[in-house]
Amino acid sequence: MAEQVPMVDYLAIDGDHPHLVANACVKCGATYFDRRNACASCGARSFERRDLADTGVVRAFTIVYRAAPGVPAPFASAVIDLDGGGKVKANLIDVEPTPDHLRLGMPVKLATFVAGTDDLGNEAVAFGFRPS
Amino acid sequence: MSDDVWIIGISMTPFRRYDDKDLMDLGSEAALGALDDAGVTIHDMDVLAAGCLAEASSGVGQRIQKQIGQTGIPVYNVANACATGATAFRVAYLSIKAGEADMGLAVGLEQMGKMGMLGASGRARTGEPQEFKPSGRYGAVMGTEGILGTNLMPGTFAQTGMEYAYEHDGVSFEQFAKVAVKNHAHSTLNPLAQYQKEFSLEQVMGAEMIAYPNTVLMCCPTGDGASAAVVVSSERLRSLPTEVQRRAVKVSASVLTSDPYVDGGLVHFDVNTLTRQAADKAYELSGVAPSDLDLVELHDCFATAELCHYDNLRLCEEGGAGEWIDKRGPWRDGEIPVNVSGGLLSKGHPLGATGIANLYEVATHLRGEAGDRQIEGAKVGMTHVIGLGSACAIHVLEKSAV
Repeated sequence: MAEQVPMVDYLAIDGDHPHLVANACVKCGATYFDRRNACASCGARSFERRDLADTGVVRAFTIVYRAAPGVPAPFASAVIDLDGGGKVKANLIDVEPTPDHLRLGMPVKLATFVAGTDDLGNEAVAFGFRPS
Repeated sequence: MSDDVWIIGISMTPFRRYDDKDLMDLGSEAALGALDDAGVTIHDMDVLAAGCLAEASSGVGQRIQKQIGQTGIPVYNVANACATGATAFRVAYLSIKAGEADMGLAVGLEQMGKMGMLGASGRARTGEPQEFKPSGRYGAVMGTEGILGTNLMPGTFAQTGMEYAYEHDGVSFEQFAKVAVKNHAHSTLNPLAQYQKEFSLEQVMGAEMIAYPNTVLMCCPTGDGASAAVVVSSERLRSLPTEVQRRAVKVSASVLTSDPYVDGGLVHFDVNTLTRQAADKAYELSGVAPSDLDLVELHDCFATAELCHYDNLRLCEEGGAGEWIDKRGPWRDGEIPVNVSGGLLSKGHPLGATGIANLYEVATHLRGEAGDRQIEGAKVGMTHVIGLGSACAIHVLEKSAV
């Protein structure tokens, strides 16, 4: 039976509150989205899962016009400062990707969308940030 | 240098096929094993050399640091066929012999897949229905480029420039574009530049947008080329012909850094901290101050990057890069000429060649042999390159009487 799967494993889509989950170093608190061998900051080797906020501000963005094959353009890519800690890169969605509509420092909120479907009908759910 | 070099920690993983571990697992396991065996940590290392063939161009050393500790030390990624691992070991050894490191880490790693002795090429498609399956360290079920932001070069460096704008009010598209106007104008005097054509500010800003705010004229081209240098010790120089000694250029500083840990550095590469650290070390080693520099060749892979580097290399006041280009500080007739060669934007950027090509540019000016583009009386110059992943190399060259 077709189901929804997160596009990446640091996106939690269970329930009605999609959010990002990071690996946090138990010693210094540094957060990472990837599977870890050790902490790149303090060298400790244990991590715990930490839920991150689904709101933040845009600290950088670009609007890509010449994109990789198969990627619809133009689109806006941004680095988001999440409230309470953490940074993530994602697209700005539900907003026109033009310089007039985007502003450095604008507050945003995480939202999900279906990014693709496999041969069995399963949907890959991705996340972006929309102006809030 | 007759002091010996000693091995105090050494480790290896069992060798076999690992379906459940990736290259970073293997490299981290071996690196941490050696560090643990020696009773030291990555924070005690002054240098890292990583030898890997299959992924030689992907910054394997920096990727290991991002798993076990980003301390900003110089990283050398080494490829030398089957002698790769031993060559990586020699790099750490030479660093200690040269007096630049007291303790170093060398890692050799490889994940060969099912290549077989003849090195087979890829898996055959099976014709079965493709189903989403999480793979890699982020558990991705499909390619994320363009869906979870962009990590391609033009967009990455655009975001870096925009981050500078976020942190410093008033930095604008126009100021980034002025960088390209400058470099294209400079290139008309450089017969070695790939492009030698001037463009107005309107033409630069109105050109095809690649990744806002970088238009096509604000992106370096791809191309081919090579550059080479012969270096010699002071002692040997004294025995060479007078004419060679007269034209010799002194390397007053040679510095390599990697990106130290910063929050978010794995989400978006930080090209600023490692540049600042390399620059400060270069100024300290050479005894030269930014205001002493007669010319700088820096890494303008994209116009947005160059603006940030005015600040990172301390050519302008902190936060003042936008104002500095507005008042023509980096023009060839300005306070500190930057990229009089035309920079990567117009001179071109054959990737492996650039790091020596900008040494060629500065050295040529210091020898008084730069023809139409000569910066008069040039005595001290700086070169800077950045490789994403990341690595920053800075050199200070001086023309001094031998």
